[in-house]
Amino acid sequence: MFSLAKRGVLALVFVSPLSLATDYPEALYQLGRPATEAEVAAWDIDVRPDFKGLPEGAGSVEEGEVLWLEKCAVCHGDFGDSNEVFSPLVLGNITPEDMETGRVASLQDPAVVRTTLMKVSSLSTIWDYINRAMPWNAPKSLETDEVYALVAYLLQLGYIVDEDFVLSNNNIEEVQAMMPNRNGMTTDHGLWSVNGEPDVVGSDCTDNCDVGTEVVSFIPDYAMNAHGNLKDQVRDYGPFPGIQTAPEGESETAQEPVSSVPESILVSNGCTGCHQVEGQLVGPSFSDIMAKYAGQDAAEYLKGKIKNGGQGVWGSMAMPPMAQVEETSLQTIADWLAAGN
Amino acid sequence: MHDSNANHRGHIRPAPESFLEPELVADISANGVNEQRRGLLRGALATAVAAMSGAALASESDPDIVNIPEWSRILGKSVATNPYGLPSKYEANIIRRQSPGLTQTDQASVAFTPLQSTFGMITPSGLHFERHHQGWVDIDPRRHRLMINGLVSKPLVFTMEELMRMPSVSRMHFLECGANTALEWGNSAVPTVQYTHGMLSGSEWTGVPLSLLLERAGFDKSAKFLLAEGADGSSMTRTINMENALDDAIVAYGQNGEMLRPEQGYPLRLVVPGVQGVSWVKWLRRIEVGDMPYAAKDETSHYVDLMPDGLQRQYTSIQEAKSVITSPSGGQKLMSNGYYCITGLAWSGRGSVKKVEVSVDGGRSWREARIEGPVLPKMITRFNFDWVWDGSETLLQSRVTDSTGYIQPQRSELVSVRGSRSIYHNNAIQTWRVNQSGEVENVQLG
Repeated sequence: MFSLAKRGVLALVFVSPLSLATDYPEALYQLGRPATEAEVAAWDIDVRPDFKGLPEGAGSVEEGEVLWLEKCAVCHGDFGDSNEVFSPLVLGNITPEDMETGRVASLQDPAVVRTTLMKVSSLSTIWDYINRAMPWNAPKSLETDEVYALVAYLLQLGYIVDEDFVLSNNNIEEVQAMMPNRNGMTTDHGLWSVNGEPDVVGSDCTDNCDVGTEVVSFIPDYAMNAHGNLKDQVRDYGPFPGIQTAPEGESETAQEPVSSVPESILVSNGCTGCHQVEGQLVGPSFSDIMAKYAGQDAAEYLKGKIKNGGQGVWGSMAMPPMAQVEETSLQTIADWLAAGN
Repeated sequence: MHDSNANHRGHIRPAPESFLEPELVADISANGVNEQRRGLLRGALATAVAAMSGAALASESDPDIVNIPEWSRILGKSVATNPYGLPSKYEANIIRRQSPGLTQTDQASVAFTPLQSTFGMITPSGLHFERHHQGWVDIDPRRHRLMINGLVSKPLVFTMEELMRMPSVSRMHFLECGANTALEWGNSAVPTVQYTHGMLSGSEWTGVPLSLLLERAGFDKSAKFLLAEGADGSSMTRTINMENALDDAIVAYGQNGEMLRPEQGYPLRLVVPGVQGVSWVKWLRRIEVGDMPYAAKDETSHYVDLMPDGLQRQYTSIQEAKSVITSPSGGQKLMSNGYYCITGLAWSGRGSVKKVEVSVDGGRSWREARIEGPVLPKMITRFNFDWVWDGSETLLQSRVTDSTGYIQPQRSELVSVRGSRSIYHNNAIQTWRVNQSGEVENVQLG
């Protein structure tokens, strides 16, 4: 008989290290070409905590408020306190004492919702992130001065600067010195280096171990179906079938479809980032679009709108061009919207 | 020959003993069998037998054998009917899934790997968990570039053609999100291992050693950190330790024998073995060599571990040793008493798996599990454990020891030091309770 299953017998595997070989042919080092200055400038946009990489510019709280209401408020709320689309950026729970110490005391309070301004220690992070990734549906579309203005407005929402403040590359270090959680980080832990010292190590006890074996937490019956019918989430044959957590006869496939367009198309093409079936999100709801164009044979028009983007039909919030949507998906979405069902 | 056990045929129906309501079993255990309870027992047994009639009673033949099945009597489909092969239609349940309510948007979200249904140590690329920060993109590889700049003698640009022409390595490594098991810090929150541990995968990654590219660019030997940056809308950035960069990091284009899937960063991503997934920057477009950490968004606002004293641990990166039983696991059901092969996964970001132990009594006693080789550094290791279920309530746990001697802690040990609000890096021992009806639940002990 085979003896592969003998307990404790491990397969020995030799893994060569990835250390640098010194004997590569010289020609290998000719692959790749020097980057031009313009290329480096186009991509090297990061701003470090010491503000290396920060471009010159300035923006006021006042300018920031206008931009905020136009481009940011729809997701973050007028005052950065919305919890609808993202976690709150600011909730007004930073104290003068926090500003003094550079440690946000309420981070120790489990009842307090953690906001961005409570957590972040470096102002560079906020500038860098807005510049590279915001707005949500049109990243990298902001001018440098606009980023300054938006950061200024956000700081004012947190009462870190006054309403007449103008943030610039010349005074940003002074604002850094006021960041409420600037002293709130530590790298004194074992998880930065592969050779770091663990802070918690388990026991090697194998018999009569002194552990609590009372069940102190479990998922109550009423919540067992919160993730859908678990029976449908494993193989329906084999040794470990799933527990029926939905009433018999009610399976995932039996649920009412929300629309006649495959939801996967809307999700995979990013439509659902800004639109939902009912109710305005960033853009108008699918239902509103259907109602507006009902009976107008608008499929071609809508295809163009999706592909090329637009602004003004539904308000000032621009829809970016969705050029990546493949033709068949584009047609499916446009036909679905135009058909109005 | 096997016994023709009544529930041998695929266990489609529970064994008679599993037809008893738990309350009745408990009542009989406590008070013995009186006339009323005897009647209930008879009724339950009759129901069970009736349910099985026509199926596979010992004396009957299996219709799936004696009636030659249709697939044995037809001409099968042509080659290349599916030019890119797909799983059987009978495997439709085995898909990535979102945890309802976990995130407000579908673009900055997670779809979890169905660990309860995968085997061995390789995660099928199509089931590899997804974690994006601003949606995923499908990049034209002919227009993708990798730039290396910063503290280098010459900033360089590489095309995919050039990268794929360079000496390649293929290595198997686990990839775990730093927030895997995050929902379980406070209490049992999600029902299955897909949601508790499904931000975990094992893959073979192919690409160019990062050390070779850094050497090519002439990196300054005083450099201590790198910034890795993506080409997607979020252009996500993370600081990488030079220690990791020069050791075993790979600029990868291949995953499990094919190009990366778009959801995994096609055509190029960083692989930083042993380090949390957020650092394996997808759609990699730029590496900057520097001399200080960068405090990126995902190093200050997120991916910082809040401690009870209000301090946030920054740049927590290494995934410490962890293990979990994947079957039987939460949401599954045992259909009869008898033999089961408990199976699960173990891994360590600091080395390889040395030992896995399993407890069937909530951690009171432990026995060593069988390692299903090969055992590779910073890679998932499969373990198996023989178990005979006697029908009583059972608390299953697994515990890994890695090559540094580190032992996976109990949840109470972890929480006593870190509290329960740190979100990231929860590598506590997982408990599954098998109740008397065979149903398996996610529980926590204290």
